[in-house]
Amino acid sequence: MLTYILRRLLVAIPTLILISIVIFLLVDLAPGSPASEIPLTVPPEVRARILESLGVNEPIHVRYLLWAKQFFWTEPLHGIDAAFGTDWAGDSQRLISYQSRVPVFAYIWQRLPQTLTVIGSAYLLAVLIALPIGIYSAYRQYSWFDQVGTFVSMIGFSVPTFFTGLLMIMLFTTKLGLFPSIFDTNLRVTDWSSFLKMLHQMTLPVVVLALFNAAEISRYTRSSVLENLGLDYVRTARAKGLSERKVILKHVLRNSLIPVVTVIALGMPTIFAGAIVTEQVFKINGIGAALIGAIVANDLPVVVTIAFITAVLIVFFNLIADILYGILDPRIRYD
Amino acid sequence: MFDDGPRPLVQVQDLRMYFPIFSGIFRRHTGDVKAVDGISFDIVEGETLGLVGESGCGKSTVGRALLRLYNITSGRVIIDGEDVASLGPEALRKKRPTMQMVFQDPQASLNPRMTLARIIGEPLNEHTDWSTARKLDRIYELMDAVGLNRRFANRYPHEFSGGQRQRIGIARALALNPKFIVCDEPIAALDVSIQAQVVNLLEDLQEKLGLTYLFISHDLSMVRHIADRVAVMYLGRIAELSPRDPLYAKPLHPYAEALLSAVNEPDPVRAANRRRIILTGDVPSPANPPKGCNFCTRCPKVFDRCRTEKPELREVETGRFVACHLFDDKPQAAGSTGASEANERNQQGVTQ
Repeated sequence: MLTYILRRLLVAIPTLILISIVIFLLVDLAPGSPASEIPLTVPPEVRARILESLGVNEPIHVRYLLWAKQFFWTEPLHGIDAAFGTDWAGDSQRLISYQSRVPVFAYIWQRLPQTLTVIGSAYLLAVLIALPIGIYSAYRQYSWFDQVGTFVSMIGFSVPTFFTGLLMIMLFTTKLGLFPSIFDTNLRVTDWSSFLKMLHQMTLPVVVLALFNAAEISRYTRSSVLENLGLDYVRTARAKGLSERKVILKHVLRNSLIPVVTVIALGMPTIFAGAIVTEQVFKINGIGAALIGAIVANDLPVVVTIAFITAVLIVFFNLIADILYGILDPRIRYD
Repeated sequence: MFDDGPRPLVQVQDLRMYFPIFSGIFRRHTGDVKAVDGISFDIVEGETLGLVGESGCGKSTVGRALLRLYNITSGRVIIDGEDVASLGPEALRKKRPTMQMVFQDPQASLNPRMTLARIIGEPLNEHTDWSTARKLDRIYELMDAVGLNRRFANRYPHEFSGGQRQRIGIARALALNPKFIVCDEPIAALDVSIQAQVVNLLEDLQEKLGLTYLFISHDLSMVRHIADRVAVMYLGRIAELSPRDPLYAKPLHPYAEALLSAVNEPDPVRAANRRRIILTGDVPSPANPPKGCNFCTRCPKVFDRCRTEKPELREVETGRFVACHLFDDKPQAAGSTGASEANERNQQGVTQ
């Protein structure tokens, strides 16, 4: 198992280097200039000096290598310095956002909590409601419950979040005035009442996202449970005289969760990457919003860094999913 | 019912198992697949009843319905004095140890995520309050009984060969000392060389533990080897139920005759003279069986009455039950023997 993990990690290195080059080239080749956000009243020679100072006139391989050096070497050193109070990085140049002149990682670090709380709890909620619904739908296939569940997940699956989000805002904010439509990022959870306030403002975005994610996961769960319910070992378990509860929870569920766990693990990176659309709809300034803002402003360091971290997470969670698969299913062995 | 010898352990009375068909936009109940359509038989304690028939005739459904793995449509299944068909969930659970099943596909019938010891031990967890050590003893005892090495206890099903897996399935079925075991094509998924081992194992266990088997199979020669009596099924109904030797020597029902003529003959001289009765046409759909005798669409001896009236299973010779109008007008068992013999010769002459 350990050699398998090590081998997978080694294979991941060239993959990630290739991904970083592709991302860098894609963002660089895209039309637009980092100067486009500079007001037109700024004289051209000043504008040229600003661009010069950003380093965008260097050839692309130089800029890529500089980015790579800053990403893989300078920034981790600064991170260690910040965490342990050492001074390894010295005054080396950090990875700076073109737009805000703030170090990119500091910028991401500011944005991360909002994304993690909202998207993370939406994902958790989605898993928690999707599993029972999927299991029960499969157990009572073609019942009313199953029909309604299928219908709702079809809607959740096929209607985009910007639509359900706006619909929710229209219904719960404009008409009923129950929930705020804008997420207040400055709210700090310090006591019980601020916690309740946080829950209150999280409700709409969490529900919108959870509906979308739950639809997918419950479909996977349902089909996986259905597949297992028809197998002979379930009949064996019944013939043993187990109670129906034990048959479902012990035999069917454990076997049918194997593919579902993989789906859930592979969906994890989106918690970091943020839900670009939903964050935009509810004005949550999380990672997704940061990415959109950076793309609009041609803020190459931010775009490349966020995209690359997402790629790293996807590779990482792929590995996690494979390892989980090996643990859950004794038929699969990695050695 | 009619027995004066050993008591019947299993009594099946007019068992019906219909699977509803839902169709149309509103999925209305539009009909039934009559997988098992009114069959009755007894199995005497310690005996092996073979159940044969072609694919889709309802053999496996009978086996599963007997153990209430399906909720049957109607009928009574009395196993060891209790009507299994009408027991409540908890009473049924308590009843399960008496009746067990060995499944066709030894791979699919074992939970892939459980080790051998857990598979065999689970019924013990469920139905006994034994200590862990005692359960382990029992698991080892069972593994010995079916010829599995004790070292294998912590392995998973996929690590075994097909024959070994079937042994696990048998050990699991035996764990709670059942009286009655339904063997649902236990050898169909196995290699020929392994088939004999498994069948011999089943026979040894029967002798040792006094088990009663319902042996479902489409392998006619294997049934001839293991069964005491054989029931031939066609399209959800029993065509003939006879002791083994008379049946194989001289099948009475035209379908049984056709089916048994398909048994391979190892002796080349006799094989050359073997007369096969080739049935034409397909088996009718069990959702829409013929009005009269189920076999009337393919029967070589069909006559008018067969197309309008379903024949009942009745005793035409001592211990031999046949559902065929050919034997109806013979009031005496002896008379029917002669008639059927003559009849059969004629038939063979015709088909040759």
